[in-house]
Amino acid sequence: MYHTMQDFLTFTKGSCYILAGLAVVIFIPFWLFLTDREKKN
Amino acid sequence: MNQPAKSPARLLTPFNVIAAVILAGGAAIGLLRFIKGLGATTNLSNDVPWGLWIGFDVMTGVALAAGGFTITTAVYLFGMKEYKPIVRPAVLTGFLGYALVVVGLVVDLGRPWRLPYPFIVKAGPTSALFEIALCVMLYLTTLFIESTPAAFEWLGWKRLRKLVGSMTIALTIFGLLLSTLHQSTLGAMFLATPTRLHPLWHSTYIPVHFFVSAIAAGISMLIVEGSLSHRVFRDQVEISHEQFDKITIGLGKAGAVVLLTYFIIKVMAIGLENEWHYLATPYGALFLVELLGFVALPCFGFLLGYRERRPLLIRISAVITVIGIIFNRLNVSIFAYNWQLPAERRYIPHWMEIWVTVAIVTAGVVAFRWIVKRMPILHEHPEWRGVH
Repeated sequence: MYHTMQDFLTFTKGSCYILAGLAVVIFIPFWLFLTDREKKN
Repeated sequence: MNQPAKSPARLLTPFNVIAAVILAGGAAIGLLRFIKGLGATTNLSNDVPWGLWIGFDVMTGVALAAGGFTITTAVYLFGMKEYKPIVRPAVLTGFLGYALVVVGLVVDLGRPWRLPYPFIVKAGPTSALFEIALCVMLYLTTLFIESTPAAFEWLGWKRLRKLVGSMTIALTIFGLLLSTLHQSTLGAMFLATPTRLHPLWHSTYIPVHFFVSAIAAGISMLIVEGSLSHRVFRDQVEISHEQFDKITIGLGKAGAVVLLTYFIIKVMAIGLENEWHYLATPYGALFLVELLGFVALPCFGFLLGYRERRPLLIRISAVITVIGIIFNRLNVSIFAYNWQLPAERRYIPHWMEIWVTVAIVTAGVVAFRWIVKRMPILHEHPEWRGVH
């Protein structure tokens, strides 16, 4: 439960920063998995 | 002497007969709509003023026609010349798609003579709809000019062909600019409906969602339309199956990256507005079907298809993505729209609305077929080989 706008924004922004960080971390193995056979082919 | 006897028989193919019945029915319903109004032909109401004609013919039509700007940008601005063989069919699909979007819009709006009013009588530059109207008008004109080289080559009008050929880069930049604007503004319209559109679909970032998903739709449509053309117009196609498979695989790579990006921004939109609890509701299930079944699944299909060099898997993923984009646009404009209305006031399309929509799609297929069979769309004109 959020009592102030500050609380709400701290929670939502915080969770979005975590998600954005996760997205960057996920993108690296995604790209490597996508392209690692390019040279072989 | 034999020719006149042969012609009617040649015209009476199953495709032509079915298309003629659909188009004749669509024309009759269209006429009824203009004479008797929306009440006689649709299930629209004051609660639901936008139905299938806007949700499918306009919203989905514009997204699926995004292949034109996607591929011209890749080829002419980013120099990916290996995709050149699919530029003309993509531009033609885009042009016909946008032309039919305007037809659908006119059928929905009525009073076609008032179409130029936003530009010459009273402009509303602060309205999202004004921006869409302006961009669609300009982009349809751009796509028309971009499609004329094939017609000029076919007609043998060399000077005009050279003239439009020299405008390619300018037209591509203009088309990219206009598409970025109106694809996102179609989403921006829904910023004005925070209480009507379900929170899982409504987001302050909905313009970005619309733009990124339109790129995924455009790439997928290129694959689907190209695969169908290669089967149906086998005699017209110049490039080999191997070459086309290579193009398909390359598009699959782009599809995987775009769909992953779309997946991430959709999830982040839920976090940004703290709407996680809606996922445990029936609308949440609908949203998860869309996000997991029609975004994550084809993304994985594109990923594996590119990695393993499997064009069939990429084609299947493209079909799923196209269905997903249709599903998304219908969710935004129909299923998740007015979500708080009681069931008896919800909108179910009238059969005449469905008929007109099918007729509009059929008109696009018939026009595409007519043009491809005559003009150098899937092959190069002998006199202009390597020029376009």
